Order: sequence, then C-alpha cells, then structure tokens
Amino acid sequence: MNFMALKQPENSLLGSESDSQRTLYPYVTGTSVAALEYKDGILMAADMGGSYGSTLRYKSVEQMKPFGKHSLLGASGEISDFQEILHYLDELILYDNMWDDGNSLGPKEVHNYLTRVMYNRRNKFNPLWNSLVLGGVKNGNKYLGTVSMIGVNFEDNHVATGFGNHLARPILRQEWHENLSFEDGVKLLEKCMHVLLYRDRSAVNKLQVHIFLYTCRLHLLDKSS
Amino acid sequence: MDLEMNLNASHSMGTTIIGVTYNGGVVLGADSRTSTGMYLTDNVYVCRSGSAADSQIVSDYVRYFLHQHTIQLGQSATSKVAANLIRLLSYNNKNMLETGLIVGGWDKYEGGKIYAIPLGGTLIEQPFAIGGSGSSYLYGFFDQAWKEGMTKDEAEQFVVKAVSLAIARDGASGGVVRTVIINSEGVTRNFYPSDKLQLWHEELEPQNSLLDLLNSSSPEPMNI
Repeated sequence: MNFMALKQPENSLLGSESDSQRTLYPYVTGTSVAALEYKDGILMAADMGGSYGSTLRYKSVEQMKPFGKHSLLGASGEISDFQEILHYLDELILYDNMWDDGNSLGPKEVHNYLTRVMYNRRNKFNPLWNSLVLGGVKNGNKYLGTVSMIGVNFEDNHVATGFGNHLARPILRQEWHENLSFEDGVKLLEKCMHVLLYRDRSAVNKLQVHIFLYTCRLHLLDKSS
Repeated sequence: MDLEMNLNASHSMGTTIIGVTYNGGVVLGADSRTSTGMYLTDNVYVCRSGSAADSQIVSDYVRYFLHQHTIQLGQSATSKVAANLIRLLSYNNKNMLETGLIVGGWDKYEGGKIYAIPLGGTLIEQPFAIGGSGSSYLYGFFDQAWKEGMTKDEAEQFVVKAVSLAIARDGASGGVVRTVIINSEGVTRNFYPSDKLQLWHEELEPQNSLLDLLNSSSPEPMNI
C-alpha cells in the first residue's frame, strides 16, 4: 500500500519503507476476470488490456492461461506477478509429471497451492499483487475458486475479480443457475463483460475467453465492441 | 481486492525509445538523450530508458550472462533469451530498479522480435514497442500509422519520423535520432542529425544568425 502521507513518530515499530523488500505498488495491471460454471464445464473471460496507471498501454495481454491437464488460471492485477505465478506453476506441474504415477494435480489442489503461496507472501508484506481465478474440470467434477492478494480464498459457482466484484457478481447472482447451457453461459458472461466495458475505465473492448469442457479445452480470441 | 492504483505510474523517463518489427527483422530507434542501442550480443540490442544507472547495470549484467550462454550454447543467443534475462533482473529487483527497456533482435528460429520490459518486470512481446517520456506523444501516431509487414526502409523512416515527433513535443527528449537495423544480414547503425529531420508544426527553418536573415534579399520578421 502506498501511504504517501504517512508520517511516522520517532519510536515507530513500523520501520521505514526501505527497510524491507516489499511490493509497494503495481505498474502494469490487468482488469477484471469473470468466470462461471455451466452444464459441461467452466467459462472464463477477461479483456486483453494492460493498463499503466491511467494509460491503456498494452492491448494484447493474456490474463488467462491453461496449465496442467485440468486447470485454467486467470488473474487481474500486476502482470509481472502473474507471469511469475505461471513460472511457479510450470515447476509445480513439472514435478507432478515427474512422479509419472498416473495421477495429476487437479484444480482444487492447485487452488490450495496458490492460496498458500499468496497468503505466505502477504505475511511477509511482499504480496503478489494479483486476484486469481482458478477453474477446471477433473474426472468429470467442475471446480471454480478464487484467491485474493491477501490470501482470501473460496470456491463458488461464479466468481469475479476487481471491478467484476461490484459489477459482475450481482448479475451472476441474479441470473446464474445450475445446468446453464453453453449459449446461456456465454451470453451471461458477455453481459458481465459489457457492463464492465461501460463502467470500468481500464476495460478495453477486446476479450479473451476460455472454455473448459469435460473432455477438452478451447480458447478463443474475440474482438467485440 | 484491488487496493489503490499506483499513483506514480506514468513515470517520466527522460527519453524516447522505439522498437518495430518489419518483414525481415527489427528496427530500434531513440533520441540522443540516452545511449541508444546498447549492444547485448551480435544480433540483439536493447534500448534503455529510466534511471541511466539502473538500465546500464541491468544491460551490463545481461551482456555478461549472454556472453557465457553463447559460449555454452555454441551459437548466437536468441532475442527471447536476452529478453527473459532482462525480465528476471527487472522483476526480482523491482523494488530498487527504475528502468524501462525494449529488446530487439534477430535470430534464425523466430526472425525479428521486439520485447518490451516496462517498470515492474512484465515481459511482453509485441510487433512494436514504445517507451520513455516521449512515448506519451506517440500512442496516437502509432495507433493511426503503424502497419504490419513494412519494408526495411519504410520501417526505418517510420521510426525516424516517430522519434522526431516525440522530440518536437517532449522536453526531456532531444538532439539527434539514432537507429539500429537488425536482420539476417547483420546490424546497421544510422544517425540522423536534427537538420535532416522534417519540420513539424510551428517549427522554423534553422538559421545561423539573425544577421543572415537581415542581409538576405527579403527579410521577413516573424516568419511563422
């Protein structure tokens, strides 16, 4: 947190900002990610903008990446930290594959791993400045969860980060139901992204959508206005 | 759970740096308020902006690592490796560094590539990249005028025009325009002094002295 005006008394226990290594503030950030479970799997969407303060500097940033056999990670917040998380995950999946025991890490396990990572970094006052959305399907079971930069985590049928918390979740709460068809799921997610485009200044009109099915994984780039 | 946005984001980094890809390689360009194309390896150069000390030390380390990597690898390093090394240093020392870099190079596997590594250590591969304080004035220009698949000469002229436009408006950029063209044939460095650049809005023809104006056939005061 950037306490620009924080004046510390002489005997403060906080120490000066230069004492410890810590992420003070984000530079290049991605905005909201929204996701929901539908009949056959998971749908996740985010726009492709990378903001640098108030400038919409990068317009082809991927805020979501699939990894392992079963999972999909989406993140809003500092892009460099997201790229670092992807490196951690590559290592995790590599070790998992090296066991060569026929088992593979599912989305629930990865969610737990990421929660531990985020929470432990927060405890050291050096957070990864991201809000993560973790979705996937393993053995026919859908999973969708989220972890914030301070380690708050939970699992739900529909999640969103950033502005999506305020703008998308109410819509999802109202209109989501069990056994959404693919078309209805897409329409619902697009409705959320539409509202975000209207009201979030860091949103851009170029979306990335990931579809996670029981049997396979699809990834689309959709330019919409 | 997003906390307050970075209030220091658009940091002034006194210079203008540009990297563009064209069909066959890359062109890097910068004004002269910085040491432009810094050599990392034969086929990979980097443009530096931000703290001169920080960007120099990062480039020096990366040159050192790349040199060793080249020996081990037995062939020239790729621009991707150079960019990732820079990313590692920038990201892992993000608290202490203030440097925005653009890496451009040519290798036989991927051809010409441009990588931007802004503050914070994000690595982003793009068909073109701009950076430094002067880049603020170029977003609109690039949005309108950039196109894929330019020829080498088109790309270089485009870069020169862009840097020159930024110099015209950015107080922290100035001097001359330097470009570096990297492709399969090698590296070409060019230099464009101010009098070779075209004039923009409200700029006048350069004169050596008022006396020349007065002595010329038809002196016109305030020839705007």
